[in-house]
Amino acid sequence: MRHIISILLENESGALSRVANLFSARGYNIETLCVAPTEDPSLSRMTLVTNGTPEIIEQIVKQLNKLIEVVKLVDLTEGVHIERELMLVKIRAVGELQRAEVMRLVDIFRGRIIDVTEVTYTVEITGTSEKLDGFMDAVGRDELLEVTRTGITGIARGVKALRT
Amino acid sequence: MELTGAEIVIRALKEEGVDYVFGYPGGAILHVYDAIHAQNDIQHVLVRHEQAATHAADGYARASGKPGVVLVTSGPGVTNAVTGIATAFMDSIPMVILSGQVPTKLIGNDAFQEVDSVGITRPCVKHNFLVKDVKELATTLKKAFYIATTGRPGPVLVDLPKDITAAKTVFDYPHNIKMRSYSPTLKGHTGQIRKAVKLILKAERPIVYVGGGAILGEASKEVTELTRMLGYPVTNTLMGLGAYPATDPQFVGMLGMHGTYEANMCMHDCDVMIAIGARFDDRVTGNLEKFAPYARIVHIDIDPSSIAKNVQVEVPIVGSVANVLRAMISLIREEGSQPVKKEALARWWRQIDKWRAIDSLSYEHSDTIIKPQYVMQQLYTVTEGNAIVTSDVGQHQMWAAQYYHFDLPRRWINSGGLGTMGFGLPAAMGCKLACPDLDVACVTGEGSIQMMLQELSTMLQYNTPVKIVNLNNGYLGMVRQWQEFFYEKRYAMSYMDALPDFVKLAEAYGHVGMKIEHPGDVEASLREAFAMKDRTVFLDFITDPEENVFPMIPAGGAHNEMLLAGRDAMRSTHEEGMVLV
Repeated sequence: MRHIISILLENESGALSRVANLFSARGYNIETLCVAPTEDPSLSRMTLVTNGTPEIIEQIVKQLNKLIEVVKLVDLTEGVHIERELMLVKIRAVGELQRAEVMRLVDIFRGRIIDVTEVTYTVEITGTSEKLDGFMDAVGRDELLEVTRTGITGIARGVKALRT
Repeated sequence: MELTGAEIVIRALKEEGVDYVFGYPGGAILHVYDAIHAQNDIQHVLVRHEQAATHAADGYARASGKPGVVLVTSGPGVTNAVTGIATAFMDSIPMVILSGQVPTKLIGNDAFQEVDSVGITRPCVKHNFLVKDVKELATTLKKAFYIATTGRPGPVLVDLPKDITAAKTVFDYPHNIKMRSYSPTLKGHTGQIRKAVKLILKAERPIVYVGGGAILGEASKEVTELTRMLGYPVTNTLMGLGAYPATDPQFVGMLGMHGTYEANMCMHDCDVMIAIGARFDDRVTGNLEKFAPYARIVHIDIDPSSIAKNVQVEVPIVGSVANVLRAMISLIREEGSQPVKKEALARWWRQIDKWRAIDSLSYEHSDTIIKPQYVMQQLYTVTEGNAIVTSDVGQHQMWAAQYYHFDLPRRWINSGGLGTMGFGLPAAMGCKLACPDLDVACVTGEGSIQMMLQELSTMLQYNTPVKIVNLNNGYLGMVRQWQEFFYEKRYAMSYMDALPDFVKLAEAYGHVGMKIEHPGDVEASLREAFAMKDRTVFLDFITDPEENVFPMIPAGGAHNEMLLAGRDAMRSTHEEGMVLV
């Protein structure tokens, strides 16, 4: 099963490699990984999507907690949560008909055009991974010139917060 | 007053109560060596290879309970040390490794003797640091000792760029340290302890299964007290030998691949298993699918990730083993409770006695050829069970574990997890420095000893007399045994041709050499060797070349599928077991 693990870790060089190393050394999967400093510059927040049996997820959580630089972590999928991913996508847009169609799709998917040339639109779009996939399907995979996605980031619903 | 980084390193080591540092100098670490030269409190032991420095520090740590300290230079200094660091990591041994590094400005430039030491050691340390500012040096060293020695112990490496050891700052050593991201759970959960005690007292066929965690956690007193209070049978893992006295009638021997028949049968048939500081390693459990099918398991460990890693348990308790056991003992005392299933327990002991009667450690004696088991029995007799015994890896390791009965913790020193050949000799040197008043024996074979032979020179220099018991069968014995059983006796590369004359070799290094070829000479030679208190003696025992280690659970087998000497010697293993190691 897919799990979203959100980790607060010391913002130190090497912390990321320790997490990545753990996953490769123990044969766990990383589907996406998203990391940046938090409001406290001494801490990074990492969101990691992985999958495995409940036993494997339990070991992943324990092994992550064992890393000295990991301050706190939560498996967001254990509760109600919000997840988002940001995608930047360069789309072929040639001729009035195609340009209008892309603009309409961007509108429907609540994206934004952030760069324009005579033959392309560059679009910013956020949502769940499924929504981003849906947008790419709607535009047509052949029309995509370049795609970059951030990977999932997430947060729990309600008043509970992951803090030190 | 400002001190250089190198001086700070030495001052920090003094603050930590370090008396020995095991190391080897080189360009990037020379400032620290210069600081060592300027003082007399810390003795430096100059090994002949960096791997030996780590094993010696490891042996010192295992024998003394204090962290071992290693000092090496950058590049090859670190890469040579990696095997020893990984050895300590697998067995959770507290160790601090200080490594030189090229100056910070040159890091990443492929400088002379540069290697990414933090990167190379990352998977085999508990933690590591690269010090980038001399102002952080003292705190980093404090953290290194704190992390290495608390929780589940392990090696911690501190990488010291040369400019950092030259730079100056005010020395202010923190006496306490608190880390928001690291605070091991020491006290067990009261509710879980209560639940465990309830389950334990209702057991009909209990077994106490004790691992190395009980020794690392200084809990052998508590293990012994609780086990005696309950009157339950107890087994120790290879790493746990000595945690419960081996000569006690409740002790059923070591368990696992080469454990006793009674210990493994207890594991298989038990209804309640009390796992203490043990990690259900594959050499202990055998086939996991057939592991302890009737057992309800209580598992006490300081490392939460050890729990439910290989085997699901009913009552997990995270905490220091000694703390948790003390809580259990006082709970049982307060309530005045005791095991309730008296009749079932009596039946269980009768069953165990039947298993014991099989005498799974018996072997065929010989008047003409030296049996390795006999050497171990004589070693036990001659040293009256009081020696520290280190070992290398292979058949001799198993025989030492089977026939030397350890009554005390920190007397049996071996590389259980990583299985590092070459460990025994440098570890013995470390043990002798830690416990100068005890006899130290290094049980080895002609294969293992040649991996770290150069340390005979170090042992002369630092006057660390140990008795090297070489079980010389001319084969890489454990490899040969597996080839006999599982590869139809195709002895690929397991034959040691062109062996040196070990007697002359020992003499060349300034030690005493003895070659023993007849069973009748075994005891006398050991007595003679141990009488030479201040000499290292190399005893080269020419033993039966094709003796096998029994009993044995073949790979893929279950605890109740043991092969016994003579009876089952040639029965082949399970097909699925062949893919296991």
